[in-house]
Amino acid sequence: MDAKKGDWVRIHNIVLKAGERSSNLPEDTQKVPLEMWVKGFLLNDEANIGDEVEIETYIGRRTKGKLIEINPRWEHDFGEVVPELLHIGRQLRAILEEDGE
Amino acid sequence: MDMSYEAVMARKGEIMKRAIGIDYDEFESGSIAFDYERMMRETGYTLQEIQKIQSETNVGNTPLLELKNLTKLARKYAPKGKGARIFIKDEAANPSGSFKARRAATACYHAEKLGYKGVIAATSGNYGSAVASQAAMRGLRCIVVQECYDSRGVGQPEIIEKARKCEAFGAEVVQLTVGPELFYTFLVLLEETGYFNASLYSPFGIAGVETLGYEIAMQFREREGRDPDAVVVTNAGGGNLTGTARGLLKAGAQSKVIGASVDLSGLHMASDIQFNKKSFTTGHTGFGVPFATWPDRSDVPRSAARPLRYLDRYVTVNQGSVFYMTEALAQLEGIERGPAGNTSLAAAFYLAQEMDEDQIIVVQETEYTGAGKHIQPQLTFARKNGIEILIGDPSEEVPGKNIILPKDPGYIKAKDLDVDKLRKSYIRNCINNYKVEKVTEEDIKFLAEDTKSNEEFVKEVLDELGVKY
Repeated sequence: MDAKKGDWVRIHNIVLKAGERSSNLPEDTQKVPLEMWVKGFLLNDEANIGDEVEIETYIGRRTKGKLIEINPRWEHDFGEVVPELLHIGRQLRAILEEDGE
Repeated sequence: MDMSYEAVMARKGEIMKRAIGIDYDEFESGSIAFDYERMMRETGYTLQEIQKIQSETNVGNTPLLELKNLTKLARKYAPKGKGARIFIKDEAANPSGSFKARRAATACYHAEKLGYKGVIAATSGNYGSAVASQAAMRGLRCIVVQECYDSRGVGQPEIIEKARKCEAFGAEVVQLTVGPELFYTFLVLLEETGYFNASLYSPFGIAGVETLGYEIAMQFREREGRDPDAVVVTNAGGGNLTGTARGLLKAGAQSKVIGASVDLSGLHMASDIQFNKKSFTTGHTGFGVPFATWPDRSDVPRSAARPLRYLDRYVTVNQGSVFYMTEALAQLEGIERGPAGNTSLAAAFYLAQEMDEDQIIVVQETEYTGAGKHIQPQLTFARKNGIEILIGDPSEEVPGKNIILPKDPGYIKAKDLDVDKLRKSYIRNCINNYKVEKVTEEDIKFLAEDTKSNEEFVKEVLDELGVKY
C-alpha cells in the first residue's frame, strides 16, 4: 500500500483524448490529450500509485483520478548558475564609474 | 448532464451569466457597437468605492521609486540633454506581490457581496495568487485553473511557482496541459461549484486597476508637482493598460500611455512543442497582439480590457533585454523584481533616451521574484529546452531558438509596432466576428472610440475591406 486515507496526494486525468480536442489547434497539440493534475487528501482507505482514487481538494471539492504522487514535492528552484549573467553587474558598475563620478 | 466538450461549450452563455452576474446583452446594440462606458458605469464601481474596497484588504498605495542609477545609465547612451528620469511603481508591495491584487480585490469583493461561496480564475499568471490571496482575506473558497505543462509533463518554472503561491493562500490549483480547451475545464468547474467567475476581463476587474493610474498621477503631483510625461505598461491581455489609462484620465493626467510586450513573434501560443520554448509566460506579443486586435476573445462576452482604446504607442523588446534589465535592476537599484513585469522597464530604459532630461517616464508595475520566477531558473529552463543563450545584439534574437542578452546597455532597444495596423486588424476582426453586412453609424462611432482613431480612419478601413456603411 502506497497511500492511506488522509494522505496529501496528486492525481492525474485525461480531460480530452487526442481525437476529442478542439479542431482549432496546431497539429502537435491535436495529437496529444488534454491532461489535468489536481491535489487533495485521499478519501479511499488505501491506494497504490496508479489506482483510480477519490480526493478532497484543499477547499473541500471531491474529484477522482489516477493516483500518481504522495506528498507531492515542489521541484522548482533558483536554477543553475547562468555564466552569461555573471558579468552584467560588474559591467554596469564600470560604465557608471567611467567618468569618475 | 451531458459533460461532453460540445455540450458544455453550448451551455457557455448560461454558465457565464450565472457565474458573473452580468447580463451583457443590456449593453449590446445588436451590431458591432456596444455601450462600453455604460457597462463600466453600471456594473463597475466608482474610483472612490474601489479605493475603499482595496484598502479593506491592504491593496494599493504602493511606493513610487526613482531609479536614479538606471536613469544615469540611460543618459550614458542618450544624446546630450536627453534621458528622462525613470520611476517605477512598486506594485510588488501588494499582498500577493503584483498589481493583480487590485483586480482580484474588486472581483472578490463583488463575489462576496453577491453571496457566492467561492471564486474561480483561469490564469497561469500572478492573477491566480492575487485571487487566492484576496479570497483568503474574504473567507471565500478559491480555485485557480492553470495552463502549466506540455505533453511530457514538463512545466514552466514560473507557472509552477505561481501554483505554489496559490496553494500557500489555501486555494485549489487545477493544472492542465497546453490548449485553449482550458476554457472547457473552467466552465465545468464553474457549473459544478456555482462559484463566481473572477474573470480578469470583467468591468470590476478592470476598474480595480484604475486606482493604479490614479495613484501614479497623485503621487507625482505630490512629489514632483506634475504628472509624468509617459507611463509604460507591460501589455498582455490589455487590462493593465486599460485600467491604468482610465485611472490617469480620471485624475485628469495627459501622460502618454505606452504598451510594451516581449517579442515572441513566430511562436504559436497553443503549440504543445513551442510551449516550453518561450521564456516568458506573460507580458508577451503572443497575448498582447491577439487581445488588442480581438479583446472579446476573453472569458466574458465583452471584455472590459480594450487596450487600443487607450494606447498611444506600442513597443516590443526582446527576451534577452528584459533579463538583462532584471539583472541591472538588482545590481544597480538593489531590488529584485520580475522578470516578466520588467518588460516595461526594458522599454522605458530605451524610451527615456528619446525624451528630455527634465521629463519623467514611469514604469507602472513590478512583481515579486521567487524560486522559478527569476532570471536564473528561467534561463536554466530555457537552456534545458534547447534554447541557446548568447551575448550580442538582441535585435538578432529568434524567439524559440535563442535568447540574446545585450552586449552592453546600448543594445537595449524598443521596437515600435504599427498601431494603425493593429487598429485595422481589430476593425477587420469586428466585421468577421459579427458578420455584419452593413456597418451602422453607431458602429463607426464605436470603432473610432475603441481604436482611439477617428471616423475618417474607420471609413477608410471599411472602404479597403469593401464593407458598406
